Amino acid sequence: MDLKNRDIISINDFSKEELLHILKVVKQVESNPKNNLLKGKILAALFFEPSTRTRLSFISSMEQLSGTIIGFSTANVTSIQKGESLWDTIKMTGQYADVIVIRHPLEGSARLAAEAASIPVINGGDGSNQHPTQTMLDLYTIQKTKGRLENLHIGFVGDLKYGRTVHSLVIALANFNPTFYFIAPDDLQMPESYLDELFQKKVKYHKTSDLTRFSKELDVLYVTRIQKERFPDPLEYEKFKGIYRIDGAFLQHVKKDLKIMHPLPRIDEIDKSIDNTEHAAYFGQAANGIPVRKALLALVLGKIK
Amino acid sequence: MAKKKAKNKTHIKRKERIKPKKVIPNAPKEETKRELKISAIEEGTVIDHIPTDAAFKIVEILDLENQKGIVSIATNLQSKSIGKKGIIKVGGKSLTQDEVNKIAIVAPDATVNIIKNYYVKEKIKVKTPEIIDNVVKCSNPVCITNNEQVPTKFYVAKKDPLKIKCHYCERSMGKDDIEII
Ligand SMILES: [Zn+2]
Repeated sequence: MDLKNRDIISINDFSKEELLHILKVVKQVESNPKNNLLKGKILAALFFEPSTRTRLSFISSMEQLSGTIIGFSTANVTSIQKGESLWDTIKMTGQYADVIVIRHPLEGSARLAAEAASIPVINGGDGSNQHPTQTMLDLYTIQKTKGRLENLHIGFVGDLKYGRTVHSLVIALANFNPTFYFIAPDDLQMPESYLDELFQKKVKYHKTSDLTRFSKELDVLYVTRIQKERFPDPLEYEKFKGIYRIDGAFLQHVKKDLKIMHPLPRIDEIDKSIDNTEHAAYFGQAANGIPVRKALLALVLGKIK
Repeated sequence: MAKKKAKNKTHIKRKERIKPKKVIPNAPKEETKRELKISAIEEGTVIDHIPTDAAFKIVEILDLENQKGIVSIATNLQSKSIGKKGIIKVGGKSLTQDEVNKIAIVAPDATVNIIKNYYVKEKIKVKTPEIIDNVVKCSNPVCITNNEQVPTKFYVAKKDPLKIKCHYCERSMGKDDIEII
Protein backbone atom coordinates (compact mmCIF):
# COMPACT_ATOMS: atom_id res chain seq x y z
CA MET A 1 0.00 0.00 0.00
CA ASP A 2 1.42 3.36 -0.98
CA LEU A 3 0.10 6.53 0.62
CA LYS A 4 2.70 8.79 -0.98
CA ASN A 5 1.21 12.17 -1.91
CA ARG A 6 -2.08 11.20 -0.31
CA ASP A 7 -4.09 13.98 1.35
CA ILE A 8 -5.34 13.31 4.88
CA ILE A 9 -8.56 15.31 4.88
CA SER A 10 -11.41 13.21 6.24
CA ILE A 11 -11.67 9.86 7.97
CA ASN A 12 -14.36 9.05 5.39
CA ASP A 13 -11.67 8.90 2.71
CA PHE A 14 -9.98 5.85 4.25
CA SER A 15 -10.86 2.20 3.83
CA LYS A 16 -10.52 -0.30 6.65
CA GLU A 17 -7.37 -1.71 5.01
CA GLU A 18 -5.81 1.74 4.77
CA LEU A 19 -6.62 2.50 8.41
CA LEU A 20 -5.05 -0.78 9.52
CA HIS A 21 -2.00 -0.10 7.39
CA ILE A 22 -1.58 3.36 8.93
CA LEU A 23 -1.89 1.89 12.44
CA LYS A 24 0.75 -0.70 11.58
CA VAL A 25 3.11 2.05 10.47
CA VAL A 26 2.39 4.04 13.67
CA LYS A 27 3.44 1.03 15.72
CA GLN A 28 6.57 0.65 13.63
CA VAL A 29 7.46 4.34 14.04
CA GLU A 30 6.81 4.20 17.76
CA SER A 31 8.98 1.16 18.41
CA ASN A 32 11.75 2.09 16.01
CA PRO A 33 12.08 5.87 15.62
CA LYS A 34 14.30 6.68 12.65
CA ASN A 35 15.40 10.14 13.56
CA ASN A 36 16.64 11.29 10.17
CA LEU A 37 13.66 10.04 8.22
CA LEU A 38 12.43 13.47 7.11
CA LYS A 39 15.75 15.28 6.83
CA GLY A 40 15.56 17.88 4.07
CA LYS A 41 11.75 17.89 4.08
CA ILE A 42 9.77 21.04 4.87
CA LEU A 43 6.41 21.14 6.63
CA ALA A 44 4.25 24.23 6.20
CA ALA A 45 2.08 24.53 9.30
CA LEU A 46 -0.74 26.91 8.39
CA PHE A 47 -2.80 27.64 11.49
CA PHE A 48 -5.56 30.07 10.62
CA GLU A 49 -6.88 29.70 14.14
CA PRO A 50 -4.96 28.89 17.29
CA SER A 51 -4.70 25.26 18.38
CA THR A 52 -1.67 24.93 20.55
CA ARG A 53 -1.82 21.19 21.08
CA THR A 54 -2.28 20.17 17.46
CA ARG A 55 0.34 22.63 16.30
CA LEU A 56 2.94 21.60 18.86
CA SER A 57 2.28 17.95 18.13
CA PHE A 58 2.94 18.40 14.40
CA ILE A 59 5.99 20.59 14.99
CA SER A 60 7.45 18.17 17.49
CA SER A 61 6.78 15.20 15.17
CA MET A 62 8.53 16.93 12.28
CA GLU A 63 11.50 18.02 14.39
CA GLN A 64 11.96 14.57 15.89
CA LEU A 65 12.35 13.28 12.34
CA SER A 66 14.85 16.07 11.48
CA GLY A 67 12.48 17.94 9.20
CA THR A 68 12.07 21.72 8.93
CA ILE A 69 8.97 23.78 9.71
CA ILE A 70 7.69 27.00 8.18
CA GLY A 71 4.30 28.63 8.59
CA PHE A 72 2.24 30.80 10.87
CA SER A 73 0.03 30.28 13.86
CA THR A 74 -2.70 32.87 13.50
CA ALA A 75 -4.36 34.36 10.49
CA ASN A 76 -3.59 37.96 11.40
CA VAL A 77 0.10 37.79 10.54
CA THR A 78 -0.46 36.73 6.94
CA SER A 79 -1.73 38.28 3.79
CA ILE A 80 -5.10 36.69 4.53
CA GLN A 81 -6.12 39.93 6.15
CA LYS A 82 -5.29 41.72 2.95
CA GLY A 83 -7.93 39.62 1.28
CA GLU A 84 -5.85 36.89 -0.30
CA SER A 85 -7.95 33.83 -0.93
CA LEU A 86 -7.24 30.52 0.76
CA TRP A 87 -6.72 29.04 -2.70
CA ASP A 88 -3.94 31.51 -3.52
CA THR A 89 -2.30 31.16 -0.10
CA ILE A 90 -2.12 27.40 -0.51
CA LYS A 91 -0.89 27.62 -4.12
CA MET A 92 1.88 29.92 -2.94
CA THR A 93 2.80 27.76 0.06
CA GLY A 94 3.09 24.74 -2.20
CA GLN A 95 6.16 26.35 -3.78
CA TYR A 96 8.04 26.44 -0.47
CA ALA A 97 7.18 23.19 1.27
CA ASP A 98 6.85 19.43 0.80
CA VAL A 99 3.75 18.94 2.93
CA ILE A 100 1.09 21.22 4.40
CA VAL A 101 -0.82 20.97 7.66
CA ILE A 102 -3.81 23.28 7.72
CA ARG A 103 -6.06 24.28 10.61
CA HIS A 104 -8.89 26.58 9.57
CA PRO A 105 -12.21 27.60 11.16
CA LEU A 106 -14.24 27.09 7.97
CA GLU A 107 -15.59 23.63 7.20
CA GLY A 108 -14.32 22.15 3.96
CA SER A 109 -11.29 24.46 3.93
CA ALA A 110 -8.86 21.53 4.11
CA ARG A 111 -10.53 19.83 1.13
CA LEU A 112 -10.23 23.03 -0.87
CA ALA A 113 -6.59 23.38 0.21
CA ALA A 114 -5.88 19.85 -1.01
CA GLU A 115 -7.36 20.75 -4.39
CA ALA A 116 -5.24 23.88 -4.61
CA ALA A 117 -1.96 22.25 -3.57
CA SER A 118 0.19 19.93 -5.64
CA ILE A 119 1.83 18.65 -2.44
CA PRO A 120 0.04 16.51 0.18
CA VAL A 121 -2.23 18.30 2.66
CA ILE A 122 -3.06 17.11 6.17
CA ASN A 123 -6.18 18.45 7.85
CA GLY A 124 -5.42 19.66 11.37
CA GLY A 125 -9.09 20.48 11.93
CA ASP A 126 -11.60 22.29 9.70
CA GLY A 127 -14.20 23.92 11.93
CA SER A 128 -16.44 21.31 13.48
CA ASN A 129 -16.10 19.00 10.48
CA GLN A 130 -13.04 16.74 10.53
CA HIS A 131 -9.84 16.24 12.48
CA PRO A 132 -8.58 12.96 11.01
CA THR A 133 -5.25 12.78 12.86
CA GLN A 134 -7.18 12.93 16.15
CA THR A 135 -9.39 10.08 14.95
CA MET A 136 -6.36 8.01 13.96
CA LEU A 137 -4.70 8.54 17.34
CA ASP A 138 -7.95 7.54 19.04
CA LEU A 139 -8.05 4.35 16.95
CA TYR A 140 -4.41 3.67 17.71
CA THR A 141 -5.03 4.15 21.44
CA ILE A 142 -7.90 1.66 21.40
CA GLN A 143 -5.86 -0.87 19.43
CA LYS A 144 -2.86 -0.44 21.73
CA THR A 145 -4.72 -0.60 25.04
CA LYS A 146 -7.23 -3.31 24.10
CA GLY A 147 -4.98 -5.32 21.80
CA ARG A 148 -7.61 -5.29 19.07
CA LEU A 149 -10.20 -3.17 17.28
CA GLU A 150 -12.72 -5.86 16.34
CA ASN A 151 -15.89 -6.68 18.33
CA LEU A 152 -15.48 -4.09 21.07
CA HIS A 153 -18.23 -2.59 23.22
CA ILE A 154 -17.57 1.13 23.18
CA GLY A 155 -19.41 3.83 25.13
CA PHE A 156 -19.43 7.53 24.33
CA VAL A 157 -20.52 9.98 27.01
CA GLY A 158 -21.00 13.75 27.12
CA ASP A 159 -21.75 16.08 24.23
CA LEU A 160 -22.42 13.66 21.40
CA LYS A 161 -24.39 16.17 19.37
CA TYR A 162 -21.57 18.60 18.62
CA GLY A 163 -18.58 16.42 19.41
CA ARG A 164 -16.58 16.21 16.21
CA THR A 165 -14.13 13.70 17.68
CA VAL A 166 -16.98 11.35 18.57
CA HIS A 167 -18.60 11.54 15.13
CA SER A 168 -15.39 10.75 13.26
CA LEU A 169 -14.35 7.99 15.64
CA VAL A 170 -17.76 6.32 15.42
CA ILE A 171 -17.50 6.23 11.62
CA ALA A 172 -13.97 4.85 11.73
CA LEU A 173 -14.86 2.19 14.32
CA ALA A 174 -17.90 1.13 12.32
CA ASN A 175 -15.43 -0.89 10.20
CA PHE A 176 -14.67 -3.21 13.12
CA ASN A 177 -18.01 -4.72 14.15
CA PRO A 178 -18.45 -2.67 17.32
CA THR A 179 -21.40 -2.28 19.68
CA PHE A 180 -21.89 1.37 20.59
CA TYR A 181 -23.49 2.90 23.69
CA PHE A 182 -24.38 6.57 23.30
CA ILE A 183 -24.77 8.09 26.74
CA ALA A 184 -26.12 11.64 26.72
CA PRO A 185 -29.21 13.66 27.61
CA ASP A 186 -31.67 13.85 24.69
CA ASP A 187 -30.58 17.37 23.81
CA LEU A 188 -26.98 16.28 23.35
CA GLN A 189 -27.52 12.86 21.74
CA MET A 190 -25.91 11.64 18.51
CA PRO A 191 -27.29 13.38 15.41
CA GLU A 192 -29.82 11.35 13.42
CA SER A 193 -27.63 11.48 10.31
CA TYR A 194 -24.94 9.45 12.10
CA LEU A 195 -27.45 7.00 13.54
CA ASP A 196 -28.84 6.53 10.01
CA GLU A 197 -25.38 5.80 8.72
CA LEU A 198 -24.78 3.22 11.49
CA PHE A 199 -28.12 1.62 10.77
CA GLN A 200 -27.21 1.31 7.09
CA LYS A 201 -23.87 -0.23 8.04
CA LYS A 202 -25.69 -2.67 10.35
CA VAL A 203 -23.79 -1.45 13.41
CA LYS A 204 -25.43 -2.24 16.77
CA TYR A 205 -25.98 0.71 19.09
CA HIS A 206 -27.88 1.68 22.24
CA LYS A 207 -28.94 5.15 23.34
CA THR A 208 -29.37 6.09 26.99
CA SER A 209 -29.05 9.05 29.32
CA ASP A 210 -28.03 6.80 32.20
CA LEU A 211 -24.28 6.45 32.67
CA THR A 212 -24.45 3.24 34.70
CA ARG A 213 -27.09 1.41 32.66
CA PHE A 214 -24.63 -0.34 30.33
CA SER A 215 -21.43 0.30 32.26
CA LYS A 216 -20.75 -3.41 32.87
CA GLU A 217 -20.75 -4.06 29.11
CA LEU A 218 -18.09 -1.56 28.19
CA ASP A 219 -14.57 -2.30 26.97
CA VAL A 220 -13.86 1.36 26.26
CA LEU A 221 -15.54 4.54 27.51
CA TYR A 222 -14.84 7.67 25.49
CA VAL A 223 -15.59 10.75 27.58
CA THR A 224 -16.09 14.22 26.10
CA ARG A 225 -16.43 17.65 27.57
CA ILE A 226 -19.72 19.50 27.52
CA GLN A 227 -18.65 22.83 26.10
CA LYS A 228 -20.06 26.04 27.49
CA GLU A 229 -19.77 27.86 24.17
CA ARG A 230 -22.31 25.46 22.61
CA PHE A 231 -25.11 26.89 24.71
CA PRO A 232 -26.53 30.32 23.90
CA ASP A 233 -28.33 30.28 27.26
CA PRO A 234 -26.03 29.93 30.29
CA LEU A 235 -28.87 28.31 32.24
CA GLU A 236 -28.97 25.49 29.68
CA TYR A 237 -25.29 24.92 30.22
CA GLU A 238 -25.76 24.84 34.00
CA LYS A 239 -28.38 22.13 33.47
CA PHE A 240 -25.96 19.79 31.69
CA LYS A 241 -22.69 20.79 33.34
CA GLY A 242 -21.28 18.02 35.45
CA ILE A 243 -24.16 15.56 34.89
CA TYR A 244 -21.75 12.77 34.02
CA ARG A 245 -18.84 12.28 36.33
CA ILE A 246 -16.41 9.41 36.11
CA ASP A 247 -15.20 8.79 39.66
CA GLY A 248 -14.38 6.03 42.11
CA ALA A 249 -18.05 5.20 42.63
CA PHE A 250 -18.55 4.69 38.89
CA LEU A 251 -15.66 2.24 38.79
CA GLN A 252 -17.64 -0.09 41.05
CA HIS A 253 -19.86 -0.85 38.03
CA VAL A 254 -17.31 -1.53 35.29
CA LYS A 255 -15.21 -4.33 33.81
CA LYS A 256 -11.75 -4.67 35.28
CA ASP A 257 -10.14 -3.93 31.93
CA LEU A 258 -12.32 -0.97 30.94
CA LYS A 259 -10.23 1.75 29.33
CA ILE A 260 -11.30 5.35 29.73
CA MET A 261 -10.39 7.83 26.99
CA HIS A 262 -10.80 11.60 26.68
CA PRO A 263 -9.53 13.94 23.93
CA LEU A 264 -8.49 16.47 26.64
CA PRO A 265 -8.59 19.07 28.02
CA ARG A 266 -11.06 17.89 30.65
CA ILE A 267 -12.99 20.08 33.06
CA ASP A 268 -14.40 17.83 35.75
CA GLU A 269 -15.79 14.88 33.74
CA ILE A 270 -13.09 12.57 35.02
CA ASP A 271 -12.06 12.74 38.64
CA LYS A 272 -8.30 13.05 39.23
CA SER A 273 -8.44 9.90 41.38
CA ILE A 274 -8.94 7.90 38.17
CA ASP A 275 -5.60 9.06 36.76
CA ASN A 276 -3.55 6.51 38.66
CA THR A 277 -5.80 3.54 37.90
CA GLU A 278 -5.35 0.97 35.13
CA HIS A 279 -8.50 2.40 33.55
CA ALA A 280 -6.98 5.75 32.61
CA ALA A 281 -5.92 5.76 28.94
CA TYR A 282 -6.25 9.49 28.28
CA PHE A 283 -2.68 10.61 28.93
CA GLY A 284 -1.33 7.80 26.79
CA GLN A 285 -3.91 8.77 24.19
CA ALA A 286 -2.55 12.34 24.07
CA ALA A 287 1.02 11.02 23.82
CA ASN A 288 0.04 8.84 20.86
CA GLY A 289 -0.40 12.03 18.84
CA ILE A 290 3.34 12.10 18.18
CA PRO A 291 3.84 8.63 16.62
CA VAL A 292 0.58 8.99 14.68
CA ARG A 293 1.61 12.32 13.15
CA LYS A 294 5.14 11.10 12.51
CA ALA A 295 3.78 8.07 10.68
CA LEU A 296 1.37 10.15 8.59
CA LEU A 297 4.07 12.66 7.63
CA ALA A 298 6.44 9.83 6.65
CA LEU A 299 3.70 8.04 4.69
CA VAL A 300 2.50 11.00 2.63
CA LEU A 301 6.10 12.04 1.95
CA GLY A 302 6.80 8.55 0.65
CA LYS A 303 9.48 7.78 3.25
CA ILE A 304 7.63 4.75 4.55
CA LYS A 305 5.49 2.52 2.38
CA MET B 1 -23.02 34.19 -6.14
CA ALA B 2 -26.73 34.90 -6.13
CA LYS B 3 -28.14 35.86 -9.45
CA LYS B 4 -30.85 38.45 -9.56
CA LYS B 5 -34.10 37.13 -10.81
CA ALA B 6 -34.98 38.85 -14.03
CA LYS B 7 -38.34 37.30 -14.63
CA ASN B 8 -39.53 40.30 -16.61
CA LYS B 9 -37.02 39.35 -19.30
CA THR B 10 -38.71 36.00 -19.69
CA HIS B 11 -41.83 35.70 -21.72
CA ILE B 12 -44.21 34.27 -19.22
CA LYS B 13 -47.52 33.12 -20.54
CA ARG B 14 -49.52 31.66 -17.76
CA LYS B 15 -52.44 29.51 -18.78
CA GLU B 16 -52.65 31.09 -22.18
CA ARG B 17 -55.13 29.59 -24.53
CA ILE B 18 -53.55 30.23 -27.85
CA LYS B 19 -54.19 27.72 -30.58
CA PRO B 20 -51.01 26.38 -32.06
CA LYS B 21 -50.62 27.13 -35.72
CA LYS B 22 -50.06 23.52 -36.45
CA VAL B 23 -51.55 20.58 -34.63
CA ILE B 24 -48.88 18.20 -33.38
CA PRO B 25 -49.55 15.19 -35.58
CA ASN B 26 -47.89 12.51 -33.50
CA ALA B 27 -48.79 13.63 -30.02
CA PRO B 28 -51.24 11.59 -27.97
CA LYS B 29 -54.69 13.12 -27.60
CA GLU B 30 -54.30 14.05 -23.96
CA GLU B 31 -51.02 15.71 -24.76
CA THR B 32 -52.64 17.81 -27.49
CA LYS B 33 -55.22 19.10 -25.08
CA ARG B 34 -52.56 20.14 -22.62
CA GLU B 35 -50.44 21.70 -25.31
CA LEU B 36 -53.26 24.13 -26.02
CA LYS B 37 -52.70 25.81 -22.71
CA ILE B 38 -49.32 27.06 -23.74
CA SER B 39 -48.13 27.95 -27.20
CA ALA B 40 -46.49 25.24 -29.26
CA ILE B 41 -42.95 25.62 -30.44
CA GLU B 42 -41.33 24.81 -33.71
CA GLU B 43 -37.83 24.07 -32.40
CA GLY B 44 -36.71 23.61 -28.84
CA THR B 45 -37.49 21.76 -25.66
CA VAL B 46 -40.64 21.05 -23.68
CA ILE B 47 -40.19 20.14 -20.03
CA ASP B 48 -43.36 18.55 -18.69
CA HIS B 49 -44.54 17.04 -15.41
CA ILE B 50 -42.72 19.58 -13.27
CA PRO B 51 -44.02 19.91 -9.69
CA THR B 52 -45.74 23.27 -9.91
CA ASP B 53 -43.52 24.98 -7.33
CA ALA B 54 -40.35 23.83 -9.10
CA ALA B 55 -40.99 25.55 -12.44
CA PHE B 56 -39.26 28.78 -11.56
CA LYS B 57 -36.38 26.91 -9.94
CA ILE B 58 -35.79 25.17 -13.25
CA VAL B 59 -35.70 28.56 -14.93
CA GLU B 60 -32.90 29.44 -12.53
CA ILE B 61 -31.04 26.14 -12.86
CA LEU B 62 -31.01 26.26 -16.65
CA ASP B 63 -30.42 30.01 -16.68
CA LEU B 64 -33.39 30.40 -18.99
CA GLU B 65 -33.79 34.08 -18.20
CA ASN B 66 -30.74 34.69 -20.37
CA GLN B 67 -32.10 32.67 -23.30
CA LYS B 68 -32.39 34.35 -26.66
CA GLY B 69 -35.44 32.37 -27.73
CA ILE B 70 -38.95 32.47 -26.33
CA VAL B 71 -39.39 30.85 -22.95
CA SER B 72 -42.93 30.02 -21.89
CA ILE B 73 -43.75 28.94 -18.38
CA ALA B 74 -47.08 27.58 -17.23
CA THR B 75 -47.86 26.61 -13.67
CA ASN B 76 -50.87 25.26 -11.78
CA LEU B 77 -51.97 23.05 -14.65
CA GLN B 78 -54.04 20.01 -13.72
CA SER B 79 -52.27 16.70 -13.90
CA LYS B 80 -53.66 13.25 -13.23
CA SER B 81 -50.34 11.90 -11.97
CA ILE B 82 -48.91 14.72 -9.87
CA GLY B 83 -51.88 16.99 -9.05
CA LYS B 84 -50.79 20.46 -10.08
CA LYS B 85 -47.95 20.65 -12.53
CA GLY B 86 -45.88 23.05 -14.54
CA ILE B 87 -44.63 23.07 -18.12
CA ILE B 88 -41.72 25.01 -19.55
CA LYS B 89 -41.11 25.49 -23.24
CA VAL B 90 -37.79 26.74 -24.44
CA GLY B 91 -37.75 27.89 -28.04
CA GLY B 92 -34.65 27.28 -30.12
CA LYS B 93 -32.75 25.29 -27.53
CA SER B 94 -32.30 21.54 -27.27
CA LEU B 95 -31.36 20.54 -23.74
CA THR B 96 -28.46 18.13 -23.29
CA GLN B 97 -28.58 15.10 -20.99
CA ASP B 98 -26.37 16.95 -18.48
CA GLU B 99 -28.77 19.88 -18.40
CA VAL B 100 -31.70 17.54 -18.08
CA ASN B 101 -30.07 15.83 -15.12
CA LYS B 102 -29.72 19.13 -13.32
CA ILE B 103 -33.51 19.36 -13.33
CA ALA B 104 -33.71 16.11 -11.36
CA ILE B 105 -32.84 17.96 -8.17
CA VAL B 106 -36.22 19.72 -8.17
CA ALA B 107 -38.25 17.68 -10.65
CA PRO B 108 -37.24 14.02 -10.59
CA ASP B 109 -40.31 12.91 -12.59
CA ALA B 110 -40.13 15.52 -15.31
CA THR B 111 -40.23 14.46 -18.92
CA VAL B 112 -38.20 16.32 -21.49
CA ASN B 113 -39.16 16.42 -25.16
CA ILE B 114 -36.87 17.77 -27.80
CA ILE B 115 -38.96 19.37 -30.54
CA LYS B 116 -37.93 19.69 -34.19
CA ASN B 117 -40.38 21.20 -36.67
CA TYR B 118 -43.26 20.79 -34.19
CA TYR B 119 -42.54 17.09 -33.82
CA VAL B 120 -41.24 15.37 -30.73
CA LYS B 121 -37.89 14.27 -32.05
CA GLU B 122 -36.53 12.80 -28.84
CA LYS B 123 -37.67 12.11 -25.30
CA ILE B 124 -35.04 12.37 -22.61
CA LYS B 125 -35.54 10.78 -19.21
CA VAL B 126 -34.48 12.74 -16.19
CA LYS B 127 -31.79 10.90 -14.25
CA THR B 128 -30.58 12.06 -10.86
CA PRO B 129 -26.85 12.61 -11.31
CA GLU B 130 -24.29 11.09 -8.92
CA ILE B 131 -22.57 14.44 -8.58
CA ILE B 132 -24.20 17.87 -8.65
CA ASP B 133 -21.74 20.53 -9.80
CA ASN B 134 -22.30 24.18 -9.02
CA VAL B 135 -26.09 24.15 -8.98
CA VAL B 136 -26.93 23.96 -5.28
CA LYS B 137 -25.85 26.28 -2.47
CA CYS B 138 -24.52 24.63 0.69
CA SER B 139 -26.87 25.19 3.63
CA ASN B 140 -23.94 25.35 6.05
CA PRO B 141 -23.05 29.03 6.64
CA VAL B 142 -19.53 28.14 7.77
CA CYS B 143 -18.86 25.99 4.71
CA ILE B 144 -15.85 27.22 2.72
CA THR B 145 -18.07 27.44 -0.40
CA ASN B 146 -20.11 30.18 1.27
CA ASN B 147 -17.03 32.16 2.19
CA GLU B 148 -14.66 31.81 -0.73
CA GLN B 149 -15.34 31.87 -4.45
CA VAL B 150 -15.43 28.17 -5.19
CA PRO B 151 -17.92 26.14 -7.23
CA THR B 152 -20.04 23.89 -5.04
CA LYS B 153 -20.07 20.13 -5.45
CA PHE B 154 -22.47 17.63 -3.90
CA TYR B 155 -22.65 13.86 -3.90
CA VAL B 156 -26.08 12.30 -4.17
CA ALA B 157 -26.36 9.99 -1.16
CA LYS B 158 -30.00 9.04 -1.65
CA LYS B 159 -32.23 9.64 -4.67
CA ASP B 160 -35.68 9.39 -3.18
CA PRO B 161 -36.15 11.37 -1.06
CA LEU B 162 -33.19 13.31 -2.28
CA LYS B 163 -30.27 13.52 0.14
CA ILE B 164 -27.03 15.16 -0.90
CA LYS B 165 -23.68 15.62 0.84
CA CYS B 166 -21.35 18.58 0.42
CA HIS B 167 -17.97 17.58 -1.04
CA TYR B 168 -16.30 20.25 1.11
CA CYS B 169 -17.93 20.48 4.55
CA GLU B 170 -19.48 16.96 4.35
CA ARG B 171 -22.81 18.18 5.64
CA SER B 172 -25.88 16.30 4.45
CA MET B 173 -28.84 18.20 3.05
CA GLY B 174 -32.39 17.03 2.46
CA LYS B 175 -34.76 18.17 -0.26
CA ASP B 176 -36.10 21.01 1.90
CA ASP B 177 -32.68 22.56 2.51
CA ILE B 178 -31.84 22.74 -1.16
CA GLU B 179 -31.35 26.22 -2.49
CA ILE B 180 -30.27 26.89 -6.04
CA ILE B 181 -27.22 29.10 -6.54
ZN1 LIG C 1 -20.68 22.64 2.43
